[in-house]
Amino acid sequence: MDNNEMARAIVLGASALGAGTAMIAGIGPGIGEGFAVGKACESIGRQPESSGAVTRTMFIGCAVAESTGIYGLLVALLLMFANPFINKL
Amino acid sequence: MHISDFLKGSPDGIDVKGPGVLCSFEICGITINLTETVVISWGIILAVTLLLLWLTHDLKTNHISKRQVAAEWIVTTVYGLVEDAMGKRWRWFAPYIGALFTFSITGSLVSMIGLRSVTADFNAPLAWALITFVLIHGTNIRTNGIGGYLKGYVDPVPVMLPINILSEASTPVSMSLRHFGNVVSGMVITSLLYFALSVVTKSIGVAFLTIGIPAVLSLYFDLFSGFMQAFVFIMLTMAYISNADGRNEA
Repeated sequence: MDNNEMARAIVLGASALGAGTAMIAGIGPGIGEGFAVGKACESIGRQPESSGAVTRTMFIGCAVAESTGIYGLLVALLLMFANPFINKL
Repeated sequence: MHISDFLKGSPDGIDVKGPGVLCSFEICGITINLTETVVISWGIILAVTLLLLWLTHDLKTNHISKRQVAAEWIVTTVYGLVEDAMGKRWRWFAPYIGALFTFSITGSLVSMIGLRSVTADFNAPLAWALITFVLIHGTNIRTNGIGGYLKGYVDPVPVMLPINILSEASTPVSMSLRHFGNVVSGMVITSLLYFALSVVTKSIGVAFLTIGIPAVLSLYFDLFSGFMQAFVFIMLTMAYISNADGRNEA
């Protein structure tokens, strides 16, 4: 295996590892949205008449909380499908 | 096909591509690419315009048709939503919000008829987010005057200036990235699933897995996610614009 091929293999492997590691970002939104939905269920249980407003606000909050997870996902997708490092060899 | 082929994947592999360039031409030294996104967007605009023309022609005050009921329902829903979220003062904002929502949701749902989602191209959500960005700052300047607007950046202490500028600049970036990321992640996960299912089908020879399973995921990623992101986009737009005004009355 010549040197260039070796470097390519290392970059590809490290990118795959990086893509996997980037998805650790999924933990945060998961926990956060779990809390949010739990609280929303509690408040719907307490005041069933306001369930519409609570659900709407909860979805907005969840979508906003999700953005950090989506940034992680974008980094992972970038590393998998549009690798910026492989051209720098 | 053996199990080792399954682990290796198919020879062509998975490739996720950006929107294809249909043709490109040059104006004043600037190359303009006519991409799939642009063409499909124009198609959507044309289709929605024709639909709305059909819905709103020949309106009456009594003996109204089903078509007119649908048209009135759309208008009252959008106006009600805007009044709920922004207050009665912002009623005139409803057309923009309605247009944004329609464009966003049809742009996401167009993938269900086999075309490429408009929102899976970062340019489309970015353009909408930039329009919203201009509206936020325009509203702020119109209410507080240019002096008051600039003063907002050194509030409460001048040290906060870089942080304030950064937080303002991050608004369109985060809004567009959220929308784009959601749609494109759905697209990628769906294509990964199609790939996996086709490989399994090839290895066992019976195509029972490709029936039904993609439909369920498509229901979530295309319908639910597309609707949710369009909704979140307009809700955030309304929240930011009514906040920019500074007068907090409902």
